[in-house]
Amino acid sequence: MDFISAVELIDKCSQENITISEAMIRREVTLFHIDRDSAIERMAHSYDIMKRAVERALSEELLSMGGLIGGESKKIFDRNSKGKSVCGDILSKAISYAVGVLEVSSSMGLIVAAPTAGSSGVIPGVFLAIQEAFELSDETMTLALFNAGAIGYLITTNATVSGAEAGCQAEVGAASAMAASAVCELMGGTAEQCLDAASTALTNVLGLVCDPIAGLVEAPCQKRNAMGASNALISAEITLGGVRHIIPFDETVEAMYRVGKSMPVELRETAMGGIATTPTGCQLCKNILN
Amino acid sequence: MKHMSVFEVIGPNMIGPSSSHTAGALRIARVMHKLAPQDIDKVTFILYGSFAKTYKGHGTDKALVAGLLGMDQEDERIKEAFKYASEKGLHYVFETSDSTQYKHPNSVEIVVKDSRGNRLSITGSSVGGGSISIDKVNGMDVFFSGEYYTLFITHDDQPGVVAHITHCLSEHDINIAFMRLYREDKGKHAYTIIEADEPIKEDVIGQMSMNEKIHYVKMINL
Repeated sequence: MDFISAVELIDKCSQENITISEAMIRREVTLFHIDRDSAIERMAHSYDIMKRAVERALSEELLSMGGLIGGESKKIFDRNSKGKSVCGDILSKAISYAVGVLEVSSSMGLIVAAPTAGSSGVIPGVFLAIQEAFELSDETMTLALFNAGAIGYLITTNATVSGAEAGCQAEVGAASAMAASAVCELMGGTAEQCLDAASTALTNVLGLVCDPIAGLVEAPCQKRNAMGASNALISAEITLGGVRHIIPFDETVEAMYRVGKSMPVELRETAMGGIATTPTGCQLCKNILN
Repeated sequence: MKHMSVFEVIGPNMIGPSSSHTAGALRIARVMHKLAPQDIDKVTFILYGSFAKTYKGHGTDKALVAGLLGMDQEDERIKEAFKYASEKGLHYVFETSDSTQYKHPNSVEIVVKDSRGNRLSITGSSVGGGSISIDKVNGMDVFFSGEYYTLFITHDDQPGVVAHITHCLSEHDINIAFMRLYREDKGKHAYTIIEADEPIKEDVIGQMSMNEKIHYVKMINL
């Protein structure tokens, strides 16, 4: 019943003629002895938390613990509401919602780590924007979270989703791959297409470092979540257009892990490199920690 | 190997900003909440490594106090934990240590005292994604993760005590996933830690505690 690679997952989906989300639900039911309805109900609760976080960022004044972020979601949303978006409605909303969730998280609000707290904006951003644009039900979106979960599970099992281990490519990269796959399924794509989109998303951010100012999950994390959301939509768009990804998902994940391991420790969440150690980054760090 | 649930990937649901510095810290303090007596008078948190450096910006301090008050990682009161601590008359102190004698970069030692002056300490590490390990109890090296239904039992280091413990569990059809035994000195205090697959009911704990060589039995279910 279990699968430990994309190859096995695709086999399972084609043998049983099911979607990736259905395969993941069946895996959960079998391995953890819970009934299907409880698993879906629990996931619906997670989706509800995601939605509430997005709503909070648009309706409340939030300021992060370190004071580096707060109020960005509203600004982006308002400009789009005036019909001025450069990116178009879906992408603009996805970006606005993604940065909003990071505002909630960094001000000690409730979020879903998906797969981590630092990358928690990507999936809500993409999911809510797609749900609104295509008028999908909460039930449909909840099932798609199992699809995203399957991708995240494969990356966690075969590599890592930890920034301290493999940089931002592992955190926001994984979230982006998860969201890309889920969008493909929501738009009627096949299991192969879901994994192709996930591969594309992960490949696009290969090598992305983790360099948080003052070691806090605020900047540049927040904008990287916006990038992760847009990367997911780009990857889904490419794949749904019928473009195949050359390198299989399992190999892409392995490559990401290899790149992560070869990253110096300064670029893996230690705040000892990258943007964190720019003169301005260092000054902000001093101000915050003292 | 333990299977990974979809809710470990889409989840945990938690108060931000950091699974390791906020949620993990809270879980370590929650272990202390389960182990400590009800009437804690004062608590000292000694922060090591990355916890010592960045605890304020991650709300690690609030998460630790919230955990000690028994809040879980989804509790939206965590941000106001200091206020709730004051209301309950809990005195808390944070110390930072530049010692490098810790097992993991994100470690904290929690020392509690009750009104009669009894002292209990644990040291825990936040090992990533909100997962934790408890590395010391009262200065003695131990290990448990809180991922299972965990019993923490202190008892005399004498023959028959462990047999009594396992007998109580087997009578109630509880399967032991892991079991570890530690002792301070031969014939003195010993600790048994049981990690089980199923929830352990109060009557099992009651039956276990009947043995006079057992000092106390605490259930830790994070």
